[in-house]
Amino acid sequence: MTTALKLVLLFPLIGVVFGLTFGRRLPEKVVGWISSLCVGAAFVSAVIAVSGFLGLEHGEAGVSVVLFEWIATGPVHIDAALWLDQLSSVMILVVTGVGFLIHVYSIGYMHGDWGFGRFFTWMNLFTFAMLLLVLGDSLAMLFIGWEGVGLCSYLLIGFWFEKDSAADAGRKAFVVNRIGDAAFISGMLALFALFGTLNIQEIIHLSPEVFAVGGSAVTIITLLLFVGATGKSAQIPLHIWLPDAMEGPTPVSALIHAATMVTAGVYLVARMGSIFIMAPTTLAVVALVGALTAIVAGLIGIAQHDIKKVLAYSTVSQLGFMFLALGAGAFAVGIFHLMTHAFFKGLLFLGAGSVIHAMSDKQDMREMGGLRKKLPITHATMVIAGLALAGIPFFSGFFSKDEILYEAWAGPNGHPLFWVLGAIAAVLTGIYIFRLLYLTFWSKSRVPDDIHPHESPKVMTVPLMILAVLAAVGGFIGLPKVLGGGAWIQDFIGTATGAAAHGAEAVGELGAEAAHGGGGLQVILMVVSVLLALTGFWIARRWYGREEPYPEVPEQAVPGLWKAMRQKFYFDEFYFLIIGKPLLKLSEWLYRFFDVKIIDGTVNGAGQVTNTLARWIAGLQVGHVGIYALALAGGAAIRTETGKGLSNG
Amino acid sequence: MTLTSYLILSAILFTLGVLGVLLRRNVIVILMSVELMLNAVNLAMVAFSRFTLGLDGQVMSFLIIAIAAAEAAVGLALVVQIARDRRTVDVDDLTLLRG
Amino acid sequence: MNAQDLTLFGSIWAHWLSWTILIPVLGALAIAIVPKDRHTLMKGIALVVSLIVFVMGIAIWFSFDPDTAAFQMTESMRWIPGIGASYLVGIDGMSMILVVLTAFLTPIALLGTWTSVTEKMKGYTASILMLEAGMIGVFVARDLFLFYIFWEAMLIPMYLLIGVWGGPRRIYAAVKFILYTLVGSFLMLIAILALYFLHGKLTGVYTFDLAAFEQIAIPFGAQTWLFLAFTFAFCIKVPLWPFHTWLPDAHVEAPTFGSVILAGVLLKMGTYGLLRFSLPLFPVAATLAVPYLATLSIIGITYGGLVAWVQKDIKSLVAYSSVAHLGFVVLGIFTFRAEGLSGSMLQMVNHGLSTGALFILVGYIYQRRHTRQIDDFGGLAKVMPIYAAILLVVAFSSAGLPGLNGFVGEFLILIAAFQVSPWMAIPAIPGIIIAALYLLRLLRGVIWGPLDKEENKVLKDLNLREILTMVPLLVLIVMIGIFPKPFLRPLEPVAAKIEKRMNSVRQPVRYVIETPSPGDPESRDTVPADETAAPEATPAESDEPNSAEMVT
Repeated sequence: MTTALKLVLLFPLIGVVFGLTFGRRLPEKVVGWISSLCVGAAFVSAVIAVSGFLGLEHGEAGVSVVLFEWIATGPVHIDAALWLDQLSSVMILVVTGVGFLIHVYSIGYMHGDWGFGRFFTWMNLFTFAMLLLVLGDSLAMLFIGWEGVGLCSYLLIGFWFEKDSAADAGRKAFVVNRIGDAAFISGMLALFALFGTLNIQEIIHLSPEVFAVGGSAVTIITLLLFVGATGKSAQIPLHIWLPDAMEGPTPVSALIHAATMVTAGVYLVARMGSIFIMAPTTLAVVALVGALTAIVAGLIGIAQHDIKKVLAYSTVSQLGFMFLALGAGAFAVGIFHLMTHAFFKGLLFLGAGSVIHAMSDKQDMREMGGLRKKLPITHATMVIAGLALAGIPFFSGFFSKDEILYEAWAGPNGHPLFWVLGAIAAVLTGIYIFRLLYLTFWSKSRVPDDIHPHESPKVMTVPLMILAVLAAVGGFIGLPKVLGGGAWIQDFIGTATGAAAHGAEAVGELGAEAAHGGGGLQVILMVVSVLLALTGFWIARRWYGREEPYPEVPEQAVPGLWKAMRQKFYFDEFYFLIIGKPLLKLSEWLYRFFDVKIIDGTVNGAGQVTNTLARWIAGLQVGHVGIYALALAGGAAIRTETGKGLSNG
Repeated sequence: MTLTSYLILSAILFTLGVLGVLLRRNVIVILMSVELMLNAVNLAMVAFSRFTLGLDGQVMSFLIIAIAAAEAAVGLALVVQIARDRRTVDVDDLTLLRG
Repeated sequence: MNAQDLTLFGSIWAHWLSWTILIPVLGALAIAIVPKDRHTLMKGIALVVSLIVFVMGIAIWFSFDPDTAAFQMTESMRWIPGIGASYLVGIDGMSMILVVLTAFLTPIALLGTWTSVTEKMKGYTASILMLEAGMIGVFVARDLFLFYIFWEAMLIPMYLLIGVWGGPRRIYAAVKFILYTLVGSFLMLIAILALYFLHGKLTGVYTFDLAAFEQIAIPFGAQTWLFLAFTFAFCIKVPLWPFHTWLPDAHVEAPTFGSVILAGVLLKMGTYGLLRFSLPLFPVAATLAVPYLATLSIIGITYGGLVAWVQKDIKSLVAYSSVAHLGFVVLGIFTFRAEGLSGSMLQMVNHGLSTGALFILVGYIYQRRHTRQIDDFGGLAKVMPIYAAILLVVAFSSAGLPGLNGFVGEFLILIAAFQVSPWMAIPAIPGIIIAALYLLRLLRGVIWGPLDKEENKVLKDLNLREILTMVPLLVLIVMIGIFPKPFLRPLEPVAAKIEKRMNSVRQPVRYVIETPSPGDPESRDTVPADETAAPEATPAESDEPNSAEMVT
């Protein structure tokens, strides 16, 4: 099993080395398939490793595999070690499984691109880094993966680097992420100062002795970690990079900016769940930020014309849901939604990619419509994903989102207010996803005459279909107990996050009836949340189910709000005004004034003074040897005189 | 002969040298005057050595002779270069180093 | 390997360090007798000689015992007995790693700039070798007189490199470089003499031996002034903000080789001096200076980064980034904690590799386009994919991406700083964001974006020589990032020793020391393992009996 676990990391790394050496020399097909198979092999290894882990005796919290000693000096000892428990099991399966499908899809999508080999090299590198992130047993190891995925995200967003917008978007993503990372590092430093280690299990083990529940230390540290998470997971106020990240090729958006990397923040909070649960204040902040992000991103998503931008804001919004769950203290549920989201959002992006492919790289929904007939497979799969996203019963997203809303109300740290915010976001979700489906597939065709949409090749549609199956039925592993299910996934992950003991495990022990708030509340909330999703659908149908959806109904009804939504509530402009511009001005000033004028001015001034003085003294140098000689002789005479005087005196 | 007479001779030679350096314009003559001064010192050194029964003075005089030789060599080489370059050996014309 | 057993090399081995200094000098002399127009021969000699030195450096690395802080491969000779100056050389882990870095970077830089200089080849190649000799001398000297001579001697070839083979404003830059440094080293000279007479007065023995100076307790007042003089000299060299303005000028005007060595090795001499002299000789004053120097380094980190961000010339961007990076090194030094000190020493190497590599890379495109303005480039990844890939790795190494070398050092420094005080670490952290800002700006401007300049469309990708030059650097950049242990190991005893030394005076810093507190003599040579394992558990006065006698 430990070998299998090492292989999980090794295979993508082989893919990277292969891509670097042969990526430009071998034909596309070979490069693409070998890279994909590396990820596929990693998936198989992951399955073996996880099944090996499941076969272990009970009582094992997880499996640790030490690779080698990474940094060791003085009191610092950081091993390069892996940790496999329930949480990382789910994550590696999602990362390699969804990753494999997206790799295969990319073979078709990236066909003919001059950077084909480069693309697959970086995708493999990403997979490697992401696996490192979820498998790392210490925060430092996690951080390697954390920055590694950031690097790959930077490279892949800017994949078409000849476009200014792509190159800028990559840079923006990395810098915004770095702001989060800086907070993350601060948190790590504080943890090290308190615990003398960065090993996650040790920290969790020692935390009851070091931290007081609700104390300022734990609150500050968890807040810092959470800021790190907001950077990676695109939560307010650091969400601005994700929509721009859509400049990258669509499979990248699917894998990195929907299914896996952006969930790293969620993973981090869940991983450190036992610490977060000790800081109720932080959890409230997490929940509020999550809920607000879900609403704000949902609103912005409704008003976008670019199909990928809609999905990007949808991702931001769904990540908000996950944080809402985390903040409510239901860590396992957050991870559950992370998993179902990986299926249906990955699928939505791949579907969108298929649409864009068919539309000859057009992404504006105003020029789409009526694609249902032209792209039957894409249409069918995207509808399934859309239903899952909206939370229509018995699709995967229904179970996870329903759980989130329930926990937001009744979770260990829940509050009805959180539920209300979540409910609003749920309605928004219904609106934007059905708007997307209407404008793309169902409304009358607005496709320009020179474009002839066609269904994508098998290599792209087969992954779509597999993901569609997962998106449809993937939720049943988390079937809640009130519906007669076992809430298996919640229990499973709950053992790892520990904190979920309040939620899922209690359910397991006492039965559905006895769970906080009781099963009655859960059933009621479930019905309400179905109604919310249907409300979203109904609104979208009222607005966009017409013969001619443009101009859009809300645009006419509330033009001011619509404009603000179109312009993403001016976050970018605001940041530029209060941070970007002053910082640039300050830097310019530091350079042009402080460095050149003050410091160098002082230095050169000292030189100038010396120079002037020297010029003046140089006047004594008349250039006549005779005069020098006279001065010499005179001086000697005077010296002799005084010398005599001294010796006599 | 007493020490004093040697010293007086030495002083006279030295003064002649100083005057030569101060008053003459020709670089070669100035160099010769410098040599004169050095040899005046040599004379004093040797005289001291003779009358105080120490060898230090003689050692010093050898050093001075060596220096004088070096000085003459470098100095004359410079003079030759100057003469070639400036077509003059008059120190009053050589004022390039005026500040 | 026990080299003493090899009788054939026995005598050479006994003077191994001297030979590493002497061989470049001999090489320079050999170049001096080569006919004027045999350029390739001169470069060949320089390369072969520097490779020989590199091989000797490798031998040093492998024969070095990394488990002790004692000086190894020591040589001791009477030199000027009249003033007590002697020829004392030897290396501990820190010296060793810097000597090897020097021996490594010189041939790399030479190969990387093989065709960049075409005139006055004799002086150029001879200067390179003299520079190498001087730098190695600085790192191995254990006698302050000798150290000072190497310190000054090394300035001359560098001055020539900038002033003769530099860019349009080379004279200004060279004079600024040498005057800045001389101001500092002049003060250092006075301090060395003061130390010399102080030691003579206290013990009756007049010597320049560093080990002897560490034995005496320097009165508090003198300690302050001497510390200031030494530290001022080193801070100029580092360069610590606000003494940094010579650096951008020197870098921009210097030929590529000069920039590489300047960033790669010369700047390390400042931080090396702090670790070798300022801290162990004047621990009390150093402890008092922590807030000030930490503040200056933090300002340097932020300021250097911000100013680098708005540079238009790639070389000055990298130069200002050095100010930021060296700020981290100084910050780590003044934590006085083992992990911070190791981190700083490792970071010196890291900076040498990353920034050296960056300068070589800048040199590559400068030679092709004869401009270094970021705005003149763009989209080079299209025509020079290999170049772009290498620049990418090096830039991210400089930005401190985990998994590459820069992170390990920075992280250790920050860990140490945070344990001293959160206020020492947290203000430095924005520097990490700013590093991303300016390095990504560099990448964005040079390799990304549209390839819209006609001149850039025909650029050739790196040739074999240029790639081979970069390979060793890249290997080390990745290796230190993933497996830093072999590099941290020799530094560890040195760091532990300095930490112990600083701990011995940590508590009663406000008191005047009037009685000697030398510490036990063995402590210079060996640090017991148990004390390195738990340095914070060692109370200040327990192992330093005399420091308890500090009077109020």
